[in-house]
Amino acid sequence: MNLKPETLKRIDEVIPHYPVKRSAVLPLLHLIQEDAGYISKDAIEWIAAKLELQPINVYEVVTFYPMFRQQPIGRRHVKVCRTLSCALLGGYKTCETFEKEFKTHRGEISPDGEVTIEFVECLASCGTAPVVMIDDDLHEKVDVAKAKALSDQIKAEAKKR
Amino acid sequence: MIAPAKSDLVTVNVDGKEIAVPKGTNVIEAARLVGVDVPYYCYHPKLTVVGNCRMCLIEMGMPAVDPVSKAPIMDPVTGKQKINWIPRPQIGCATNASPGLHIRTNTPQIKDCREGVMEFLLINHPLDCPICDQAGECKLQEQSTGYGRGYSRFIEQKNVKPKRTQLGPRVTLDDERCILCSRCIRFCKEIAKDDVLGFVDRGSYSTLTCYPGKALANNYSLNTVDICPVGALTSTDFRFKMRVWFLKQTNSIDTESSVGANTVVWSREGVIYRITPRRNDEVNDTWLADSARDLYKPVRAADRLGSPLVSGSAATGEVAMAKAAEFLKSSAGSVAVVGSGRSSVEEQFLTRKLATALQASTHLVSRTGEGDKLLISADRNPNVRGALVIGLIAQLPKSTLGELGAAIDAGRVKAVVSVGEDLAAAGLTTAQLAKVAIVYLGTHANATTAAAKVVLPTLMTFEKNGTFVNQQFRLQKFFKAVPGPTGAVEDVAVLARLVAGCGGAAVAGEINTLWTTIAAEVPALQTVTFANLPETGLLLDATPWATLPFVEGETLHYKPAAQPASS
Repeated sequence: MNLKPETLKRIDEVIPHYPVKRSAVLPLLHLIQEDAGYISKDAIEWIAAKLELQPINVYEVVTFYPMFRQQPIGRRHVKVCRTLSCALLGGYKTCETFEKEFKTHRGEISPDGEVTIEFVECLASCGTAPVVMIDDDLHEKVDVAKAKALSDQIKAEAKKR
Repeated sequence: MIAPAKSDLVTVNVDGKEIAVPKGTNVIEAARLVGVDVPYYCYHPKLTVVGNCRMCLIEMGMPAVDPVSKAPIMDPVTGKQKINWIPRPQIGCATNASPGLHIRTNTPQIKDCREGVMEFLLINHPLDCPICDQAGECKLQEQSTGYGRGYSRFIEQKNVKPKRTQLGPRVTLDDERCILCSRCIRFCKEIAKDDVLGFVDRGSYSTLTCYPGKALANNYSLNTVDICPVGALTSTDFRFKMRVWFLKQTNSIDTESSVGANTVVWSREGVIYRITPRRNDEVNDTWLADSARDLYKPVRAADRLGSPLVSGSAATGEVAMAKAAEFLKSSAGSVAVVGSGRSSVEEQFLTRKLATALQASTHLVSRTGEGDKLLISADRNPNVRGALVIGLIAQLPKSTLGELGAAIDAGRVKAVVSVGEDLAAAGLTTAQLAKVAIVYLGTHANATTAAAKVVLPTLMTFEKNGTFVNQQFRLQKFFKAVPGPTGAVEDVAVLARLVAGCGGAAVAGEINTLWTTIAAEVPALQTVTFANLPETGLLLDATPWATLPFVEGETLHYKPAAQPASS
């Protein structure tokens, strides 16, 4: 486990917030996913040891929440909404545009390692469908043209690095 | 006179029947006491209550009292106190008896609830009972007959899940049959202390599994198979070998250690198919070690002794027993008797009689190992305490027969009777074995049978009746499940013949009659007969042996007496 010092600090800080150590499983998973990008088997075992649990107890939690990833993802996470309003207004086309732009498929890391594109359920902005969330930023009314623009923007930022 | 209710008893009313139960008893157990069946899956009397199957729903009510004056509110129609029924059903397993608690299990609402729960459980459960290994002992099958709606309305596709997961070396899992009761998970966590099982992908595809890279490999893993209410967890050894309704159940005792766990031996046409635990709340609760379930395997082993041998060649039983008696009688005074902590109380009694008749010294071999703090104790002989009670030995046995070896070397011992003990394994050298005439009573071939003058084949625990005294000084009986092999004779019959042949007073070679003699001669057992011994065993007075340094550590329902400081 190669966690950043500040993550370790936050982990130690968060555990005593709970009456029993076990309750800290969820916040620890969030912190580690934030740090490492996904929850590895090592991470599960590390958390279990940290909270005096068995690995299976942590594994149960990880498999319950779809937002905990067990595989690494690209540098940017593109979440396209596919719930009713977005689906009706072209969410699928938006997603396909992203896939074409980055030459990848849903759920996979793009060949340049830049993005992982995924469908998600409702992002709670049905009035401005279709919506896309890139990392923590919400983008509204993302039609094919806007999807292209967003892709170009991501690529441009990638070049700068 | 009717005894007044004890203070810690509370009266509850189940379907109109009043019963006094200890405070805190849950509704399922209270209903059981009045003969009312409350169906359940996830509840287990020896595990924590989680209440996740919802099958035990009941209606619950409390006597009405005026909120201000606390005076009972009477119902003018019946003249009794009014009952305030909770409109929603409650789960029985997590409802504890409190004074005046009223329960209804036979109302239309409860019938509806049970049908609803059954329907949901059966949605994803395969309906192929005829090919399921659990059929005949499946709670889901029984209760869908008893409480289900009888036909399915489900026309969609059932979930597909892993069918043959190897959870460990002895347990196979069919996830489609799992109804997610979590008994196995709680067992592993609470009893076996090996928390490896859990549900992953909770939701429509909830799947029971082991943590990746770990296995359900502890020595108690097969208990999860016992407590699985459906055919999800099955014993890799037993699955698809035999339909359970063909099997005869015989009560027996685990001979693996001095814990004396109660067991049931399942057999058909003289063949044993499996061993499962039998509930005894004073000894093993409802559990049994995996290793104890394999003990029947040597019954049909290739090295089983079949025919009596005299000087290595086959002889009839009559001839062999007469020869043995002749040898022993001729060397009376220089005979040693090696009894066994694996013999039953009756056999040890006759071993003592034989030793008395021959003025022989008696020896016992101890077997020790690591105790597991649960159902395997450090003393691996099931009946050392029987030998103490019956007077075969006065001190605890040593692990080797050093004294006997010295006596043989000194020429003081010319003949040895061994009741099932391999003398070579107990520390006698080949040279020492060659110096003496050995009469061996036993079940399997070994170095001693090869050196013995007379070999008399006898029976294994599964093939005879008898009793053991466990570490708590609890006298427990076991029964004959299957007949012995041709040529083998019951141990007590052989020993009784030898006693008579060696000039001792005639004793019965049959267990029920023999017990009248035992009861008459052994003060600690004077009220006992084989027939009146309770199924759960009889606790004997242990005070005469309280000072002996027994090897057992703490196990389930057993705490060793404080040891005197070793000098």
